[in-house]
Amino acid sequence: MSRTALGMPAVRPVHGHGRLHTAVPFPEAAEAELGNTQMRANIRHATHTIRGKRARVVEELPDWEELRSAGSAIKEQVMAHLPELLEQFEANVTARGGTVHWARDAEEANRIITGLVQATGSTDVIKIKSMATQEIALDDHLEAHGITATETDLAELIVQLGHDRPSHILVPAIHKNRHEIRDIFLEQMPETDESLTAEPRDLAEAARKHLREKFLSTSVAISGANFGVAETGTLTVVESEGNGRMCLTLPETLITVMGIEKIVPTFEDLEVFLQLLPRSSTGERMNPYTSMWTGVTPGDGPQDVHVVLLDNGRSAVLSDPKGRSALHCIRCSACLNVCPVYEQAGGHAYGSTYPGPIGAILSPQLTGITSEQNASLPYASSLCGACYDVCPVKINIPEILVHLRDEDVRTQHGERSDDGAAAAPARTRRTPKAPSQMDLLMKGASFVMSSGRRMALAEKGLPLGRVVAGKDRAISWLPGVVGGWTDERDIPAPPRESFRNWWAGHAGETDQRLAADGAAGPADVPHDRPGDAQPVDAPHDRPEEDR
Amino acid sequence: MRIALFATCIVDAMYPRVALATVRVLERLGHEVVFPPGQGCCSQMHVNSGYLADALPVVRNHVKAFTAADYDVAVAPSGSCVASLGHQQPMVARAGGDEELAAAAEAVAGNTYELSQLLTDVLGVTDAAAQLGSWFPHTVTYHPSCHGMRLLRLGDRQKDLVASVAGVELVELPDAEECCGFGGTFSFKNPDVSAAMAEEKIGNIEATGAELCTGGDASCLMHLGGAMARRGTGVGTVHFAEILASTRRNPLEVSGPVELSIPRRPARPSSSVPTQTAGGPR
Ligand code: SF4
Repeated sequence: MSRTALGMPAVRPVHGHGRLHTAVPFPEAAEAELGNTQMRANIRHATHTIRGKRARVVEELPDWEELRSAGSAIKEQVMAHLPELLEQFEANVTARGGTVHWARDAEEANRIITGLVQATGSTDVIKIKSMATQEIALDDHLEAHGITATETDLAELIVQLGHDRPSHILVPAIHKNRHEIRDIFLEQMPETDESLTAEPRDLAEAARKHLREKFLSTSVAISGANFGVAETGTLTVVESEGNGRMCLTLPETLITVMGIEKIVPTFEDLEVFLQLLPRSSTGERMNPYTSMWTGVTPGDGPQDVHVVLLDNGRSAVLSDPKGRSALHCIRCSACLNVCPVYEQAGGHAYGSTYPGPIGAILSPQLTGITSEQNASLPYASSLCGACYDVCPVKINIPEILVHLRDEDVRTQHGERSDDGAAAAPARTRRTPKAPSQMDLLMKGASFVMSSGRRMALAEKGLPLGRVVAGKDRAISWLPGVVGGWTDERDIPAPPRESFRNWWAGHAGETDQRLAADGAAGPADVPHDRPGDAQPVDAPHDRPEEDR
Repeated sequence: MRIALFATCIVDAMYPRVALATVRVLERLGHEVVFPPGQGCCSQMHVNSGYLADALPVVRNHVKAFTAADYDVAVAPSGSCVASLGHQQPMVARAGGDEELAAAAEAVAGNTYELSQLLTDVLGVTDAAAQLGSWFPHTVTYHPSCHGMRLLRLGDRQKDLVASVAGVELVELPDAEECCGFGGTFSFKNPDVSAAMAEEKIGNIEATGAELCTGGDASCLMHLGGAMARRGTGVGTVHFAEILASTRRNPLEVSGPVELSIPRRPARPSSSVPTQTAGGPR
């Protein structure tokens, strides 16, 4: 048993805050989203399109599996040396005229960034690649301080103008189709002409006009980052539209918010990720724009450059050896595009900045499974494994889901204490619960299923199920926790006898079985219809036959 | 060879005919089948629901039952249960701090095959009609279950075996590799999403025009069969072991593995399937 000696500071992993929590448990949120057929159709169309593109360009690379292994290995190395790499990164950014800020959580990051913007005197900022800033709900904080932020990524702009939330990592407006987007533009961009069509080209042109004005008039930009290189202090943003490059080069002040896990050791490591990312993400061989900058270059680009290194729960994730590989994520969104649960429920059902399979493991880890709201997320998967197959850095998402479910079960019964819970607001903290129906079911099943004798005995009760099922041999209603099944499906009536109980009296009847099947030797039968078959009076060689 | 049958809990209790079909096929090849009586369950239900502590006695029991038994290889007619032996049991043992059990679990898993794996990789069956005398004159489509496909990498083993059965007309299932939405307790923890996934799968199955959908996991088939029955779809489900076991002399009457896979209200009254063959609730 470990004890904290008197006078020692209690070091505990601090959990994340911001837009990381579900407001409603996943099953309920998903149920509501399932009713939105337009959204589902939009998502289905988009994910299937990207999925196909990804598969094609991945197939082109004979060394794709080696690349995945390399990506995974680099990330493991990063996690093992994160503190040193971050310090190296800080030293190099500073040496080249940039300033590094360390933010423990969302509140701290928001305070730092808002302060930096205020210092410039500007009340407008433009943003690009802003996932980390969404995580910390930066826009709300800026707005509360009289600063207006404009998203410049087309899809993020659509979400922002529509007063909506992003629902996909790569395509935040995936749930909207072009007609819906046209309506949003007409309503929210007053300069737009009524004649605007829903053609992608027209829509892009309208957005371009709207944004150009912002690019030329705004002196502060806030960006995210795809990678930060420790050995040089270089930051990287990859994108498709070029709007990011405008943000990164035109303003005088550039503030980049980067999760601490985005670091890579060397410039060479980018080789691996710049192959893995675009192919997994947009299904392209290379993304159209890759911007890199290292501190300040006098007379060229922003002259005031800041990096905010964001923890917000990441150290807590790192402290769990079984779950930490969630931090390997390069936000390519490939796992979303193949996930059948995401496809049906859509991104909003996950309730946080991070939707889909990665969200189901990352959000509850960042906030701590002790957060009541996120406890339903690890269950939002059928464990089909498609996400693991597709992940460019080989994150074993199904295994982490199972690990988190175990943590959740133990947390519910007070068997697992989570130090970070003390740092979480009281309303989100969970108190141990009395055994649920599910617990009792699992306990009982464990007792029965851990003994062949008890199984045999329990199966003697199968005919009871037949009584429940009645004449049509289907059970259509069950009580309690298993009731969800029969809301949607029937359950077959159980057989009269289990295999094990039947076998006890028939194991030795091999010869009768062979004779009945008449299958000794090859059967050179023509492919004809069953009407031609001569029914034979097979011996009673089958359990549960109803005769 | 002496082959130990791991019937798996769901097949044992709900689909005994699938276990029997497995026995019949193996006996036809001249092997002796034994049933280690101590067997219970692979622990997948507990693990996937997060009850790792409750999974431990189940794992311990399985390892004990199959270590004690005398056999050359073990077989199970379920991809997900075999995957669970290899992927989950050692993990559960380690989580419980029992390294010895983990090693024993790995040894048992290393000698346990999914049925199509055993038939193709070990017993050299490539042509079910010729080598097993299998005969099943129906149009079927094939759904590969996730764990067989992704954890065991079964590839086309099951499908190819089915295709080699005399009389079978195999039609391709669109988006076959997508999950059917079962997922164990997922199907009642997230019933709406699970049902939406099943709906998608059923739509694809119907589009093939097949009489039956086959696969290698009784649980997925139970879920799909149950949803199809509720919907009044005219398509049934059947485990591929039963298709292999069916012969001209003793043809499978298509009524199970899922009894209710038979349409309760035939959706397509003009179906060409003779009713005594397609079965009906008896
Ligand atoms: S978990 Fe893997 S597949 Fe999913 S977004 Fe992250 S890197 Fe991409």
